[in-house]
Amino acid sequence: MTAPSTERDIPALVRAAIEKHGAKRDALIPILSEVNLALGYIPGEAFKEVRKQLHDPTEGVFVAESQLHALASFYDMLATKPRGEHVIKFCENAPCHVVGGKAVWDTLREKLSLKNGETTPDGKWTLVTTSCIGLCSVGPVVLVDEDLYGNVTPEQIGDILGRYE
Amino acid sequence: MAFFRSHVLVCVDPECLARGAHDVIDALQDELVDQGLIDEIQVLETSRIGGCEDGPEMIVYPEGVHYVGFNADDVPFIVEEHFLKGRIVEKFREMPKVVVDEELGPLRPKEVRIVLKNCGYIDPTNIEDYLAVDGYQALGKALFEMTPEQVIEEVKNSGLRGRGGAGFPAGRKWDLTRQVNDFPKYMVCNADEGDPGAFMNRRVLEGDPHSVLEGMIIGAYAVGASYGYVYCRAEYPIAVETFNIAIAQAREFGFLGENILGTDFSFDLEVRVGAGAFVCGEETALIASIMGLRGEPSPRPPFPSVKGVWGKPTNNNNVETYSNVPQIILKGAPWYASMGTERSKGTKTFAVGGNVKKPGLIEVPMGITLREIIFDVAGGMHEGRHFKAVQTGGPMGGCLTEQHLDLPLDYEALTQAGSMMGSGGLVIMDETSCMVDIARFFMDFTQAESCGKCTPCRVGTRRLLELLQKICEGFGEDGDIEKLEELCEEITKNSLCGLGQGAPNPVVSTLKHFRHEYEAHIYEKRCPSKVCRPLIRFEITDPACTGCTVCARNCPVEAISGERRQLHHIDQETCIRCGICVQVCNFNAITVE
Repeated sequence: MTAPSTERDIPALVRAAIEKHGAKRDALIPILSEVNLALGYIPGEAFKEVRKQLHDPTEGVFVAESQLHALASFYDMLATKPRGEHVIKFCENAPCHVVGGKAVWDTLREKLSLKNGETTPDGKWTLVTTSCIGLCSVGPVVLVDEDLYGNVTPEQIGDILGRYE
Repeated sequence: MAFFRSHVLVCVDPECLARGAHDVIDALQDELVDQGLIDEIQVLETSRIGGCEDGPEMIVYPEGVHYVGFNADDVPFIVEEHFLKGRIVEKFREMPKVVVDEELGPLRPKEVRIVLKNCGYIDPTNIEDYLAVDGYQALGKALFEMTPEQVIEEVKNSGLRGRGGAGFPAGRKWDLTRQVNDFPKYMVCNADEGDPGAFMNRRVLEGDPHSVLEGMIIGAYAVGASYGYVYCRAEYPIAVETFNIAIAQAREFGFLGENILGTDFSFDLEVRVGAGAFVCGEETALIASIMGLRGEPSPRPPFPSVKGVWGKPTNNNNVETYSNVPQIILKGAPWYASMGTERSKGTKTFAVGGNVKKPGLIEVPMGITLREIIFDVAGGMHEGRHFKAVQTGGPMGGCLTEQHLDLPLDYEALTQAGSMMGSGGLVIMDETSCMVDIARFFMDFTQAESCGKCTPCRVGTRRLLELLQKICEGFGEDGDIEKLEELCEEITKNSLCGLGQGAPNPVVSTLKHFRHEYEAHIYEKRCPSKVCRPLIRFEITDPACTGCTVCARNCPVEAISGERRQLHHIDQETCIRCGICVQVCNFNAITVE
């Protein structure tokens, strides 16, 4: 979820993340994850800010902005584009696939007119696939933000989306 | 003290009070006095005995009958029926709600639980629960009664092998790290369980974190490590939270930190959370990620036991491997080695998914057959369906068929059959699964998860996927199967890490066992399992069609035409093969060809 602009004090956010995880090279992934969690994505300004606050040759900590982009582009959960108000994650893995996941996925895409990774023009929904979240015994599985739906059928999609209207 | 033959507990929570709980209590007292039962039956006020949604509520003991949804006017009737005539008033009875654990229920036939024994039975956030089931006794035994060498010897003799999939003997791995004279040394727990369909590690981290922690501490003592990392994937937030609680409690009790249990052995650790990259389950990639880098694998040797985290000797084992350790130390190597086959000892957890009656998590002795797992432990196939194939070992494993059902499962047997143990995911498929589609599906996964560092994996999986897509879409041509085979061989031979080396396995194994399905797609433009949409067509059959118009009304593209009470017709040009008409037809009049 994108926080309202008044809460987007990025220098403070980065400072808090560094305090929590430590001013060290190996804390970069936790720090970026923290920013990602707070804002729903990592804006360009945050990369600059992390470098500014963390890069300290006198302490032996070397951080380049390109390294931060390299991390963000490698790890799926670090987003560099804003996401919708609600993020729908669909588990597209084999155990869900063989118990009817494809029909659920088709219904989701059709209902929202979205492809994987897209956000609706009104900024309400983002649709993405997720790596296996390990709830295979109740597949197909759909996550809306932090809410989990198991044993999902195509008929339930309208009802599930309706809860966030 | 007065003896009451029965106790009535009435809920007096605000919701129940608002619905007249006090009136009920007054009515109960009056009625019991009138019936002369007030010396035999005691009425007590209590809080929350149910959900309060249908209050007032009460429970009558000793029977334990739960009544809901009555009011003061119903009380005389309930008292007469229940307390005078001894008959339960079914009208107001609330049946106890059974909590069904869909993942891990009660012990199933043929199951033996070592790793999962505490899951669901102890409170994972309370270390005292773990202590009550002999928790940390193995650590005490190791520290006070055994030398590090003896601990390694015990683990070696137990025959425990790496449960992450490769099956390297755990004791030998520990020994390798111990032998290296370079300090500090690190312990790593691979909790980056990424194989789709495998969730045993999540369940152990969430349900019994201290068993993993204790195994790691014992391992650290054995190899001489002073610090550790548990690398857990971000998809498991509850596991991360539970494990962090366990670490804090273990520190408090002196099982972690400086001078553990008063000895001169010190060890501490932290949880590192991933950020969504499957390849980080590969140990060199995982170590890179711990150090804050892109999780890309590097060539081995040097192995992590020589050069791992921060270039120092690092012992890396999987969650399940560590959680076996405390009981091996406590009960001894011979006990553990008494289970399993000659070369694979103990038990293995499997996550059974797909088209079986009772999917879920199971733990069985090594050497059990697939037939026993599917038909005895997992309840068999759904009514009227038949077993077709099982994908073992995750996306880098292979498909096994009916001919493998009686194979005793261990590391070697699975490898020989063209698959692998992997982390223990079993996806069971019936005749509704198309094997070309499944191969395409796994390739879609590995292609997306390839880290891109080496060319055979990055480009090769992409080319494999394109070929499979082409075949599924009906554009397959003569020579495609040979191209697939050639690519598979090259990718397996030339990739840097296990991801690339294993990526072609689903294609190789489905080609081996289901070559006719590939041929049907390519030469006959037909999908025998009726899965690949471009290769199927829907037809409405006479006389089953009653002309009810349901299909025509539900068709999203208006491809169905026909008059009421007349045979309907599907225009194949317009039809998008969504299958909605088949679902809505009440007369089974639509066939798939």
